[in-house]
Order: sequence, then structure tokens, then C-alpha cells
Amino acid sequence: MRYSGLKVIKEALTGHKEWTPAWRDPEPQSEYDVIVIGGGGHGLATAYYLAKEYEQKRIAVLEKGWIGGGNVGRNTTIIRSNYLLDGNEPFYEFSLKLWEGLEQDFNYNAMVSQRGILNLIHSDAQRDAFIRRGNAMLLNGADAEMLTTAQIKARYPFLNTEDARFPIKGGLAQHRGGTVRHDAVAWGYARGADSRGVDIIQNCEVTGFRIENGKCLGVETSRGFIGAKKVGCAVAGSSSRLMSKAEMRLPMESHVLQAFVSEGLKPVLPGVVTFGAGHFYVSQSDKGGLVFGGDLDGYNSYAQRGNLPTVEDVCEGGMAIFPAFGRARLLRMWGGIMDMSMDGSPIIDRTHIDGLYFNGGWCYGGFKATPASGFCFAHLLANDVPHPTATAYRFDRFEKGLMIDEKGMGNQPNLH
Amino acid sequence: MIIDHPLLGPRDASEFTYMGDAKLIDRPDWQSQTAAQEFYEYGYLRDNPAGWHEELWFHEAGDRSWLVVTRNTVTHDISKVELARDVARARGRSK
Repeated sequence: MRYSGLKVIKEALTGHKEWTPAWRDPEPQSEYDVIVIGGGGHGLATAYYLAKEYEQKRIAVLEKGWIGGGNVGRNTTIIRSNYLLDGNEPFYEFSLKLWEGLEQDFNYNAMVSQRGILNLIHSDAQRDAFIRRGNAMLLNGADAEMLTTAQIKARYPFLNTEDARFPIKGGLAQHRGGTVRHDAVAWGYARGADSRGVDIIQNCEVTGFRIENGKCLGVETSRGFIGAKKVGCAVAGSSSRLMSKAEMRLPMESHVLQAFVSEGLKPVLPGVVTFGAGHFYVSQSDKGGLVFGGDLDGYNSYAQRGNLPTVEDVCEGGMAIFPAFGRARLLRMWGGIMDMSMDGSPIIDRTHIDGLYFNGGWCYGGFKATPASGFCFAHLLANDVPHPTATAYRFDRFEKGLMIDEKGMGNQPNLH
Repeated sequence: MIIDHPLLGPRDASEFTYMGDAKLIDRPDWQSQTAAQEFYEYGYLRDNPAGWHEELWFHEAGDRSWLVVTRNTVTHDISKVELARDVARARGRSK
């Protein structure tokens, strides 16, 4: 069924009797050409592009719980492509371009809102760094504009530009950045994949891989063995846990990142604002809640909740630049588990095991990467060569010294 | 989280900074024939378990001692706290 405004009106007038489930609930078959493990944004996007762009058949997505129940539902919904390094920027710009056409492409309202993102600067050194970043963005076909304090003040009049410690001296804006309704991304991809024949199998946990003579023959699951010519893993957050079943150790740690929503307010914040010096970022959802986050808690964790010192730290950051928000009450908070890689960048690559492919290590950046991650992983699964925008995301870059370290922090995952 | 410091007693985790897996104590032998591979694995690969994990914490806002904390990464429970110096010496290191 194709969704349209006309269809909504017709159903409204006839009692909403003809809506059907957006995807099937099939029983797993005994064998597939491609199995994607993980029914989150990246896994579902991979299956969607495999079926649509790469015309693969007999595809399944295996999800241990329900689709969209992991990090695609536990983020701050921001999209942007304001990266510096050559290994990253073309990939994230590709992703932003896919976001721009996404709703028409998969015929689902994902509420993609290009309300713009603003990175604040507070010192000359930071201005130099952001000018350099903006130039790198422009060279890669993205948009970037340096704003003066007066221009920022006009758009965000209640920003504390005169803070003694971090006075706001300007900012780097990407006007094409913005926010997306995150759950709808998972649902839209699921529906699009399902309508092209992909089996989305929920409540089906992968408990092991069947590997013989260095080749992956399929996966053991809570619903029995399922054979596959190719198996792609897209379970960021739990990558180390899953890949340990194939006896792999990964260059990453799992960390908890908290995010917060305030009570609903009238429209007050037109775009996304990031305060890098204190590490606080915020946008306002269409329901009115301020959606914000900050630093990792900083220790290995698989618990989808954090601790209070980080809550305090994030709220202090917010109060420093938006004193007016101090009157808003905190409504909800949650924690998501990040694959924090050793250089802060992801991996989309084959493993040393034939037929086993890996997508993970997304650190903070998984949500905005969803479309390109799915597209590039589908490209790799279909063709056995990386997509042109994802050639740097290799497993062996750490061994070879080809790190993609945007922040220059070295191999300390909780600092990326 | 409260970390029960062996010398100072229970201290709030916000006084500490986190380094990572306590296996970082076991630095490879730089003269080994396979040193390059060993240092790659030491520097970049981690077990990253869901469950009990021995890890290094630094009491930055306290007595600046390094601790080995045995903590559950699923529940955040802490079962054991030792001075990293004692752990390293027990493993045959000089300090």
C-alpha cells in the first residue's frame, strides 16, 4: 500500500478500515542469500538498500527483540555532515544527501527537518579549527557558513553570549543539518524492505555462528539454525558481544551515553545548537521538549542507564549557555550503549571469515549515518568491495596506523 | 557508583577517571619477535565483556592512586577494589 495525503483523507472519511500492518511477521526460512543481524536503523537500512539498489533476493533481518528498540530509538535525532577528515566527510555528506530524499524514496513520513545546526566557538584557536572544518566541508560538497556573534544573537537571542568563561565569539553553521523523527526511520526502512520481500524476523536472537574451514555457513538462533551465503552484523552497542561468538576481539569498548528531554515548551529553539567547550547539545522536538545530551559516562557499560554525576555535568553545560532553560523541568532521560572505537570512527568491512561482514563502531555518530551506513554495507555485501565513500572504514587501519581520529585523542575510547 | 577505596574507604565515582581494561597492566615485551603484533593487540583490541570486568580507575580528585576495580558492566555492581600497584606486583612487575 502506498501512503499519500489522499489516502489519509479517504481513510478518515471511511472509518480507517483499510490500513494494513506496515510489515509482515514471517516465520524464518531454512536458508537465505543474505542475513543481516540487527533490526535497528542500520540493519533495516542495509536490508532495504540490498533489496532496492542492489537487487538482492532472499534477505532476512534477524532481531533479538523488536525492531527499532535499540539505539535508533535512544538518540538525540540529529543529522549533520560537519566532519573534517577525508575518510569521514564524503561518507557523512552522502548520508545527509540520502536523508534529504529519504521520505520520497521509502514513502514514509520520517519528519526530516533541516532546521540547521550551529557549533559555537569561544576562542581564536577554536575559530581557526572551525574555519578549517568548514573549508573541508565545502571541499566535499557540503554547506558551511561561519556566523558572527550578532548573526547568532539574532537567531538565538537568549544564548548567554557574555559568559565570563566561555563568551560566544561566533559559530560554524550547517544549514542543511537538522533533526529526524528517529523511530520513523526504523519503521520506514522496515516497511520499505518488507514490501520488497525482505523477511523481518523479530524475537530471534543470534546465539552463534556456524563456521567451518574459515567460512560462515549461517547462524544459530533462538529459533534454530538459519543458513546463509552471507551474514552481515549491524548491532552497534553489542558488537563485541556478538563478534566474540566468532572468536573475534574488536577495537572498541561499549559505553553508555545519556540523553534527556525536558517538559514540553512553546517553540523557543529554532535549530540544533552545540556547545563543544562544555559538551552540551540541544534541539527542540516538534512536541516541544528540549532534547539534549552531553558526554559519555566514561566507563564500560552495557546497562542502558547512566549515573547522576554525568546528569549534573550535562545540565551545568546547558545552564552555562542557556540560563533560561533552568526553569524547565527534566521529564525523561535514558542511556544508549555506544560502540566506542579506538579512533572514534566506524568500521564497515569484511572479516577474516569468508561470508561474515561487519558494520559497527559508530561511537556517537550512528544515527546521522543510518542511510549511508545501510547503503555502504549493502554495497559491500552485494559486491564484496567497499562503497567509494566508505573505503577508509577498515578493520586493519589500526594495525597499519591509518586511524581516522577526528578529535586527535588516540586509542582512548571514552575520550572520542 | 561508589568505589570502596582500599585506603580511603567509600568514595564517589565522580572523583575518579577511567582508563579501561586492567589487562593494560600487562604490557608486552618490546624485545619479543612478535612485538609489533602484540603491541597492536595491546593498544587496540579489547575483550569488552558484558558482565564482570577488571578495570583501571585513577583517583584523580583524591590520593591519585591507580585502582583495579572489578565491576559488572551490566549492573554497575562493584565486587572488588585493589590497589593497581599490588595487582601489578602480584603479576611479577617491579612496580
